This record gives sequence, structure tokens and C-alpha cells, in this order.
Amino acid sequence: MVAGRYAIEAKGLTKIYGRARGITDVDLAVPEGDFLGFIGPNGAGKSTTIRILLGLIAPTGGTAKIFGEDIRGKRTELLARIGYMPSEANFYRGMKAGEVLEYSAGLRKRDCREEASRLCRRLELDVNKRVDQLSLGNRKKVSIVCALQHAPDLCILDEPTSGLDPLIQREFYRILEERNRAGTTIFLSSHVLSEIQKYCKHAAVIKEGRILACDSIEALGHTNAKEVTLTGIAAPPVLEGMRNIRAEGNTVRFLYSGDLRKLMSALARLPVEDVNITEPDLEEIFMHYYKEEANDNIKA
Amino acid sequence: MTILRHEIRQGRIPLMIWTAAIAFLLGTCVLIYPEMAKQMGELSQAFGNMGGFSAAFGMDRINFGEFTGFFGVECGNILGLGGAFFAALLGISALSKEEKEHTAEFLLTHPVSRRRVLTQKLIAVLVQITVLNGAAVAVTALTALFVGESPDRKLLGLMFLAYFIMQIETAAVCFGISAFLGSGGPGLGLGLAAVFYFLNIVANLTEKAGFLKYITPFGYTDGADITANGRIEPEYLGVGLAVTFVGIAAGFWKYGKKDLT
Repeated sequence: MVAGRYAIEAKGLTKIYGRARGITDVDLAVPEGDFLGFIGPNGAGKSTTIRILLGLIAPTGGTAKIFGEDIRGKRTELLARIGYMPSEANFYRGMKAGEVLEYSAGLRKRDCREEASRLCRRLELDVNKRVDQLSLGNRKKVSIVCALQHAPDLCILDEPTSGLDPLIQREFYRILEERNRAGTTIFLSSHVLSEIQKYCKHAAVIKEGRILACDSIEALGHTNAKEVTLTGIAAPPVLEGMRNIRAEGNTVRFLYSGDLRKLMSALARLPVEDVNITEPDLEEIFMHYYKEEANDNIKA
Repeated sequence: MTILRHEIRQGRIPLMIWTAAIAFLLGTCVLIYPEMAKQMGELSQAFGNMGGFSAAFGMDRINFGEFTGFFGVECGNILGLGGAFFAALLGISALSKEEKEHTAEFLLTHPVSRRRVLTQKLIAVLVQITVLNGAAVAVTALTALFVGESPDRKLLGLMFLAYFIMQIETAAVCFGISAFLGSGGPGLGLGLAAVFYFLNIVANLTEKAGFLKYITPFGYTDGADITANGRIEPEYLGVGLAVTFVGIAAGFWKYGKKDLT
């Protein structure tokens, strides 16, 4: 690995599907060895971005580079270094799981039997079953082994854990962490924010085809917004900079990005029993970005 | 050759079914020939005098009492139509089935160029058509031997060659169309093969519709023409080969730049 190089570098990436929005001016830079979570709700543009990075679709504008090379120019060579797991695990009917793994290795002209066998053991995958008879979770396992058995330099994983039981999810992330420690770059799209927060080093937030934020998990947590929890009152004070307000019984929670002195003087006038001001978790940040964007749109 | 092996493996059951069905019908047809030949004295004249119907199937221009004449009409329809349907299904589903069954994403995120995918899929189509036609030739030869017939090998060879090329042309046209389809298409392929077949019948009915023989690949498979002229009509064959090339080129051109979603 060359220090300072990017595994993924997208500049001004845009895709327009006729009248429909795809993605707009997406800029992404994922250094080699990173573990990046790509966060966004359904339809935000995660899969479109990934498909462009893999050369499945051509961008309307911008460039997508993998390991410094344009994906459109050196697609085959670059795909040899990538392991991809799609969000939907679809395979050829009538094939056994083991045959799918062999076919995938054959397409790569590699003998991956040893690594495939190790991964199947860890993920508890029965390779003798036909893929069309497997549950979603087991098909996902086949997809995971296909993506990892050739020890790629870059893993692109689209919603990898949906359908996997919690124990297998944990094992899957262990494998990813091991690979990442060994130098593999992981690019993982998800809307399970707790996973991103727990395992990723960096995260990029996408909404309606645009990147809203891209930074380390720690830096994203150090946003101006604080998560405020007040006990002893049923309704929050009315202040500028409050978002995502939730009231349950005598507890009120909200994100606050306004002047802290104004918050303190407002609280002094209320019968508050307890105050807790913390850095928000990723889910709160996610909501913060989304609400902020929505408010900006309303203001505009 | 990984994709080629995979394609042939995936298509082996339909290939076996189509080959068995066509070979069985062909063999049966040849086996009943001696019985038919005994009655051909009157029948041949009757077949030749049914006006438009005789013309449509070329029965007015061949001797039904000879094996090659009988083969050109009866067996030709089995191998021609059956083979065209099979070839159309192969061609139309070669690319579109990957999108219909959402396996294109699996295949094309491996380090294989689209050109390599297309080439090996096309070879798989050709191999399967060759197997079917090889079986047809073998069954015809064996059953002809069994009933003690020794037909004109050149004429019979030309007929088999014409059916083979016609099936390749049909598959190539459908292959090209397949690249433009988002999913499915078997109905379209079968429909196209049927249209090709009936265009030739219409072309035989009247000279005014003779130009249709340039459009349909069945134009150069006409047993009556091959028997009468001792050759595959070069002008129809030339157009057919050009169409084959265009179909394949269209498939490569479209699939090479297609967005796979």
C-alpha cells in the first residue's frame, strides 16, 4: 500500500436518469486502508454511487477513480482488486452455494477454495444447498464469501447485514475488522447507524443524491449540536437552534445548536430536576443533518 | 472459458429437451417414409396440385416420392421451425436473462470485460445450436440407414447446412435484440421466429411477395429450391449472413455501453 493514496476518489460524480434524480456532484475520497460507512436512507443515491464506482453504470458527469485509475478505463483490472457485495443476493437458479463460489473464483481465475472454506466455516454456510432454496440470510452469506474469498484490496459492501442474524453479523464485522487491519479498504453502505458508529473510522452522509457530510466518526460527533435531555418537565423551552424534539412523560430530549448561555438561562426558569448535555450519537447527527437540510430547503 | 462452461451447464436441460423432441420427430418422420413412399404415386400428384397450399410449402416443385423431396418438406418443417424456435429462445435470453434474474450485477462486478461475456455467451449459443443440429443429422442418418434409404448426400447436406445457418441467423438477430431488452423476451423471440417462418410461406404463395425471402432466413432453407437448384440460393444467403453480422454487432455495441441497474 502506498501511504496517502486513495482507494476511492469521486469528483463531481453526477448521474441523471431521464427526469429522475440519481446523484449530484458527489465528491468522495476514501484513503487506502480506511473503513468508511456510507449512510443514507433508501433512495438517497448510495447504490447509484456504488454502481458507478463498479463501472456498472456510466456517470452523466464527473470522475470515479479506484486506486488512482478511472474505473471506465481500467474496469477489468480494477475489479480484480475489488470484492463487491450487492444489497440483494441473487444467483443463478439451480446452482449450489459451493458452485456459485467456484464460479465466482473461476471468473477471477483464482483458486480460492482454502479461503472460501475458512469463511464458510466462520459464517456457518452450507455449500451443498441450492441457492434458490436458501433463506435471505444464507444467500447473503454466499454473497459475503464471493466478495471476500479472493482477499480483495477494496471491499464495497451494499447493505451487507440485512437478513443476517445478530451472531453472524458480529462474526461478519470481525472478519471485516481483521481484513481492515491487514490493509483492506472497506466501503460499506448502510442505514444501520449503530453499525457504522461501532465499526467505521469515517462516514459519509448522503441525502437526495448529494453528500451532506464526510468526516471521521469522532469529528462528525463534534458537531455544534448537543443532545440535551431534561427531566422534570413535559414541554421544552422555546429557543432558536432546537431540533428533533421528543417528549416522553416528564423527560424531554432535543438537539441544540444555539447559544448555550440562552439555554442555561431558559433552564433556570424551569422546574428541571436533571439536565444531561452530551455529544449526540451518530443517529442524532444523522437526524441533525437531515433536519438541517430540510430546514435550509424550507428557508430557501 | 468459465462463462462458456457456465452457460452450457445452465442451458443443458432445455438443450436436451429440444434436441430429444426434434430428433424424435425427425426420426419418426424418416421411419414412416417407406410407408409413405408406397402411396406416393397418387399422393405426390395430389400434393403438387393443391394450388396455393402446395406452393406455400414448395410441394409443387419437388418430388414427394423421393427421399430428399419428402425430407425437404416434412422433415424440413420440423428441424426448420423447431430449430428456429430453439435458436430464438437461446438468442433472446442470452443477455436479457441476466437482467431479468438480477444476475448481471453478480457477473459484471467480476473482472470480466463485457466483450468477453458477450463472446462466450455467443459461443455458448453456437455450441448449443451445433449440438442440436448434430443430433438431427445423426438421427436422420441412422434412421435412413435403418429403413434402407440412401439419399443424395449433397442435397441433404445442403438442407442441413441451410437450417443450421438459418438458426444461427435467428439467434443472432435475437441476441442483438436481447441487448436492448431490460428483461425477459422469450415471447418476442418465439414470435419473431414464427413471423420469419410465415413470411417464407407468404413469399411462396405469390411472386409479388417474393422479396420477403430476402427478409426471412427461411428464404434460403426452402427444400424445393435447394433440391431443384442443387445449392443454397446465394442472394438470400448473402443477406442472411449480413443480417447475422448486424445482429451480433448490435448486441456488442449496445451491451458494451449499457447501464446495468
